[in-house]
Amino acid sequence: MGSSGQARFIRLGETSRARIALTVDGETIEALEGDSLLVAILTARGRLRRSEFGPEARSGFCLMAACQDCWVWTADGHRLRACDTPARAGLSLVTEQPELSWPNRA
Amino acid sequence: MAEPRIIIVGAGPAGIRAAGMLVAAGLRPVLLDEGQRDGGQIYRRQPEGFTRTPEQLYGTEAARAVALHQSFERLKPQIDYRPRHLAWNVADGVVHTISEGKPGQFAYDVLIIAAGATDRLLPVKGWQHAGVYSLGGAQIALKAQACAIGRKVVFLGTGPLLQLVALQYHKAGAQVVALLDTSPFLKQVLALPKLAARPAMLVKGLRLVGGLMASGMAIHRGVTPVEIHGEAEAGVTGVSVRLASGEIRRFDCDAVGLGYHLRPEAQLADLARCAFTFDAKTRQFWPEIDADGRSSVAGVYLAGDGVRTQGADGAEISGALAACAVLADLGRPVPEAERAALREQGRIMERFREGIAEAYPWPAHLAADLPDDAILCRCEGITVGELREAATEKGADEVNRAKALTRVGMGRCQGRYCGHAGAEIVAAATGVPLEAVGRLRGQAPVKPLPVAAGEVQP
Repeated sequence: MGSSGQARFIRLGETSRARIALTVDGETIEALEGDSLLVAILTARGRLRRSEFGPEARSGFCLMAACQDCWVWTADGHRLRACDTPARAGLSLVTEQPELSWPNRA
Repeated sequence: MAEPRIIIVGAGPAGIRAAGMLVAAGLRPVLLDEGQRDGGQIYRRQPEGFTRTPEQLYGTEAARAVALHQSFERLKPQIDYRPRHLAWNVADGVVHTISEGKPGQFAYDVLIIAAGATDRLLPVKGWQHAGVYSLGGAQIALKAQACAIGRKVVFLGTGPLLQLVALQYHKAGAQVVALLDTSPFLKQVLALPKLAARPAMLVKGLRLVGGLMASGMAIHRGVTPVEIHGEAEAGVTGVSVRLASGEIRRFDCDAVGLGYHLRPEAQLADLARCAFTFDAKTRQFWPEIDADGRSSVAGVYLAGDGVRTQGADGAEISGALAACAVLADLGRPVPEAERAALREQGRIMERFREGIAEAYPWPAHLAADLPDDAILCRCEGITVGELREAATEKGADEVNRAKALTRVGMGRCQGRYCGHAGAEIVAAATGVPLEAVGRLRGQAPVKPLPVAAGEVQP
């Protein structure tokens, strides 16, 4: 999985759902129908994105649409909240803001 | 008068019961909810295609969850239900929403806000690392998606949710390394008289503790969090706490569920100009309400965990009571006997809520004692020391002033997860009482909006 590390989330059940494929930073990942984008990504990799303000990787925090830590972007720049956006087959996502607007001071 | 325009915000237990009571009185409220499906957080429904039973999902509360979902299905044709609608502002009698990028406006005569709660957080050094989740988040991963937040999980904090989620993880087959509770066991013993206000719930609580003891996971009470260890890329690698014995112990793990009970999502009440009051016991501000949920603003009613953390059963009662208050204030017939019973149940819920707050107290001293180099605002990486300096060197002894100087409370989460701790830090650093340090004022939008939202025609 390269720099994105091994999967962070562990599936404990509900694994007989249909498989779907989506693309994250150009890499194809397999997810299950009914996954949130956050779960789709974190069952394949170790992080969602990088902090704009520090050196650390980020992987979401509240999972209830309150903290906004889980933003990812579609290839054409639309921001999505990964925790409450369903994963759909064929989605292409990037985990860095397409027009990053300020320097990371870390 | 014409049919009153009634808006309910939130389709959890409080909002659904409020809607049910109004429909029974012949009214047709609009129910705005940010979620994809009804149920709120506690009775959150799993997506289509998932097959776990209600017992697996909701445990001892399965029957209540199913009852609520079923009553919602019956209500649905009789209300104007708007899922995936974020209510982001309330101003001049209008609720402003956004749904899939499209803005909307809902003018109201009556507004019932049942916006629910989020985890009450207290930072610990290293909490910015990937793999640290709020307790509620850890529970949602399991309940809504059948996932554990990691291979080896530590649960840290306090409150009823801490124990519940730890046991739910264990039962679902996750490896729970440790349950680390900042509350000493004695506090729970001393709270028993108030907890006994709800004997059945107390028994459930004792069974929960029994289940935890039998699980074999390490359980420590009265701990002091020291640090969440981690690496920039790999995320969490462990948690260190000082045990009640004084020994510092490290637990290796790759995920942490962190939380200190719940805090009301009161921003919309704030924007509706409801008066707030300081609760010295839980050390937080919350909106003023009367026994039936009337706010200080005519026509605005507050219910559920978004105003008082009574839990799901209390939320159902307060939602129904708020609807009774609406009916009374509209001059419509009120189901008197039912209202009297609800009020009595409400008093029991309130006594139990106080018991829980005493059993699992907010450990204010832990916030005041955080080291300068700990990150306080995890949105923007602002340290405890930066806030302390603003408070002591720049005279920012009020949280909104400190926010302007440091941006603590201005990041993506808008102070939801750092605000209470930040207030404690300012109070401790300046010697100003917490009550006088104040609270972060609610700001619209209560959550970030897509940049293009204003450009789309509804």
